[in-house]
Amino acid sequence: MSSPDTYLSSAQKTPRRKGWTFTAWHGIWLVALLAFSLFWIYGKPLARWAFSVPRDMQIPFRRWISSFMKWLVEEASFGVFTFTEFTRFIAAVIEFPYKIALSLLSTGFLQGQGSDAVQILPPISWIAVIAIFAMIGYFAGGRRLAVLVGACFGFLALFGQWNNAMVTLASILIAVPLGIAGGLMAGIAGYRWKWFALVLQPILDLMQTVPVFAYLVPILFLFGFGPTAAVVATIIYALPPMTRIAMLALRQVPDEIHDLGRMVGCTRAQMTWRVLVPSAMQGLMVGVNQVIMLALNMVIIASMIGAGGLGYEVLTALRRLDIGRGIEAGLAIVALAIALDRLSQALATRSRAHRQEEGGEGSLVKRNPYTAASIALVLATGVIGLLIPGVQTYPEALQVSTGTFWSEVVKWININFFDELEAVKNALLLNVMIPFKRFLLGLPWLGVTVLLGLLGTALGGWRLGLLVSVLAFLIAITGQWPKAMVTVYLCGISVVLACLIGVPIAVLTAERARLWRWVEVVIDTLQTLPSFVYLMPAVMLFRVGDFTATIAVVAYAVAPAIRYTAHGLRQVDPHLVEAGTAAGCTPFQLLTKIKLKLALPEIMLGLNQTIMLALSMLVITALVGTRDLGQEVYIALTKADTGRGIVAGLSVAFIAIIADRLISAGAERVRTRLGLKR
Amino acid sequence: MAPSPTPKLQCRSVWKLFGTGASGALKAAGGSLDDEGLERQQLVGAVRDVNLEVLEGEIFVIMGLSGSGKSTLVRCLSRLIEPTSGEILFNGENLLNASEARMIEIRRHQMGMVFQHFALLPHLTVLGNVAFPLEIQGVDRSTRETRARKMIELVGLEGREEFFPNELSGGQQQRVGIARSLSVEPEIWFLDEPFSALDPLIRREMQDEFIRLQNVLKKTIVFITHDFDEAIRLADRIAIMKDGKVVQTGTPEELVLNPADEYVAEFTHNVTKAKVVKVRTIMKPLPEKTPRQGYGGTVRASEAVADVAPLIENAKKLFRVLDDEGEIVGCLARDDVVAIMMQA
Repeated sequence: MSSPDTYLSSAQKTPRRKGWTFTAWHGIWLVALLAFSLFWIYGKPLARWAFSVPRDMQIPFRRWISSFMKWLVEEASFGVFTFTEFTRFIAAVIEFPYKIALSLLSTGFLQGQGSDAVQILPPISWIAVIAIFAMIGYFAGGRRLAVLVGACFGFLALFGQWNNAMVTLASILIAVPLGIAGGLMAGIAGYRWKWFALVLQPILDLMQTVPVFAYLVPILFLFGFGPTAAVVATIIYALPPMTRIAMLALRQVPDEIHDLGRMVGCTRAQMTWRVLVPSAMQGLMVGVNQVIMLALNMVIIASMIGAGGLGYEVLTALRRLDIGRGIEAGLAIVALAIALDRLSQALATRSRAHRQEEGGEGSLVKRNPYTAASIALVLATGVIGLLIPGVQTYPEALQVSTGTFWSEVVKWININFFDELEAVKNALLLNVMIPFKRFLLGLPWLGVTVLLGLLGTALGGWRLGLLVSVLAFLIAITGQWPKAMVTVYLCGISVVLACLIGVPIAVLTAERARLWRWVEVVIDTLQTLPSFVYLMPAVMLFRVGDFTATIAVVAYAVAPAIRYTAHGLRQVDPHLVEAGTAAGCTPFQLLTKIKLKLALPEIMLGLNQTIMLALSMLVITALVGTRDLGQEVYIALTKADTGRGIVAGLSVAFIAIIADRLISAGAERVRTRLGLKR
Repeated sequence: MAPSPTPKLQCRSVWKLFGTGASGALKAAGGSLDDEGLERQQLVGAVRDVNLEVLEGEIFVIMGLSGSGKSTLVRCLSRLIEPTSGEILFNGENLLNASEARMIEIRRHQMGMVFQHFALLPHLTVLGNVAFPLEIQGVDRSTRETRARKMIELVGLEGREEFFPNELSGGQQQRVGIARSLSVEPEIWFLDEPFSALDPLIRREMQDEFIRLQNVLKKTIVFITHDFDEAIRLADRIAIMKDGKVVQTGTPEELVLNPADEYVAEFTHNVTKAKVVKVRTIMKPLPEKTPRQGYGGTVRASEAVADVAPLIENAKKLFRVLDDEGEIVGCLARDDVVAIMMQA
């Protein structure tokens, strides 16, 4: 729809219409802002309650939630069995396979309890594990992938992270299939019944915006501290994207395939499992990849409720500021993430090709060469491992530790560049961050709520206005306003910085194919890394505080800003650029007057994504001592205060929803104005 | 090959309206709505009052441009789309009264369908795809694979059994689609624009292939197309659709010689009549006594005029016309042949 003449005609038409529509809104905005400013400057003595919500006005949601939780755990019952029994049942279902996976990969099969336990069977040898994963790599993506995956796992052994990594892998191996199955089921249900999809949509929205920490607390209550709770948390975290992707993938199955299924007389079950799901496989595999990545992202967070493994290493290192150890464990997670990410991506895009050789009629071994080789490897290394311990467990003598190296590097940087780093930090803190924070904290919540409502109405109609102001009001009335403002301030600063870095990078590289490939590799890798990893270098250089948090958030959230801007720039209609060149635009004019303008909707989507990522990262930066909603959630977690955690978590979600809806509505308006609307 | 006259499939005033309250509105209007009525109720008339009879063993082509409702109609025939009203009689049984289980039964054993974009399952091999309808019925592996291999051979794809759809060309993919739809040995065979997604050259080749297959199989066929030339080539009878209604039904000859209205004439206009009109149509009764100069030879009644023209064009004598059994049924004069040849 973006042909040159539609653009021109809409551009010609707008000024005339602009004439009076905009004066009306201008007038409203002028009055509103004037009233707001007056109220902000002079209103405080008159209506103190509009600036900070007094305690007796607050609605005690936290207490209600906490007592509900207590009731749930202690009294709730489904008649035949109690709620606690129900959660215990789920725990048992998860625990059983987890124990097996853990035994296979890490502890070996034990008899007896605690320290009296005797190992009956050793775990799978490290050589066999590496070889099996390399084989999967070969199967999915050929020799290069096999080498990459083998190297990643080899890295774990070499740097002495093997056992921790296997504990983590065990929980991922349990959480991922359960997450996939759960997401797929919910997706199929949502695909089949419209009402279910309608109910599901807002729940998914909320689940993806509520910070993970917030639902760690209730999980802790229901499942206790330990790996089971961690697996449950991981599944819940990974479920929404899988559900969404499953619904999308199923809806994208062509109508003809659907008709085919009915024409050959499929029953409902046959239709789902023989026709729809296999046809949607490519799309579903994207979801599988998402689940794996999210599960890895959860590794460190889940270790707060007892997951153990690599996450626990990072967490303790971070708490003790033991940079070297933290980095090593962090890198191990990265290695695991890269290996599993590339594996699942390769499996997803593996093109189907018939087998060249006629192996189909051979023996069992011949038909399943990979499975046979794996079993043989496990058995062989197991037996040899009994004789030579080095085959069973990676010999300690061959381990390399870079922990001290990293500590030294950090020490060296801190000694030699302390003043410079400190100067940058202080300049930014004193001149930008703190004034901005003060400004936000001084605003009256009532005024902000009304202004947000007005903005929502202007952008997307009264419904949006109402939604936005109700959410803002809820944040205030539950007593979260000041902390929410700190969140907004940290998020705002980070997003601005991320855009200041990301947009120019995109502008410079988007149209240079080779350069862009490199940038793409970098941002792909950045997005593979678990969010915690970003904290470490920031903490090393700037210690704890708001500034450190900002740096980490920017690093985490810059990728979408780059990606979407570049995407927007590249999809600008080349005819329009040609028209601009023909009209004698300089390259700079081309960029500012044509390309950036037309890419604006995409850039706004990127901004939206950046904000979402920034908010999710902010909660994690609570570990480096911010004072925002994230901290509130984190404290709630350490105190196991369900109500406090959920209320603060929901506040974060509300901020995310407000930002998301406003920006989406804005992007939609821009798109309509530019005549780009589909 | 004259089709025996039992109707395999009958359509009696079938309607399909899209929009809310379609069924109620149609009933309230006494089972029929005109353009104005549809607009007033904000309904879209995809199929409007269609009456058809598909005879046993014939190729019945439904031809129409995009949006004419032909795809909706063929989906109504197998109840993939629920018609708003009407009757669809298959072997005399009204499908619209059949239960869901009965429909599954009918579709499994008596119907086959070929799709415009092939609708092959990407995760199955050629063999797996062709055997799929049998697998759904619960036929055991060795039986269904034997049957599938036979079908693959029939469409000329032997040696490709283990290939996946993405490894095949468009023409080959549609051959798989055809083999699959035939694997259950259906009584009625629906083909929904089977060759429209193919290149013109391949399309021609597939049409020849289709004719060859039909000569072997003698199925009852409902064939959908938007290509009038294709319709003329393949059809025993054609129904032309426009805006959900059937404008005219008839043999290719009838359409070409007597188009019902401007719309049909628009299509037939560019058709070489001599290639469509059969000798049977323009032959005259045999004269009482043999003409003085005798006969020039014999032609078959079922041949197209264009095919016998070279023989007759310069002949001064009459030709005798034989039917399929070899009986003399009439005679053909040069002037009549020339008259047809001169038209377009």
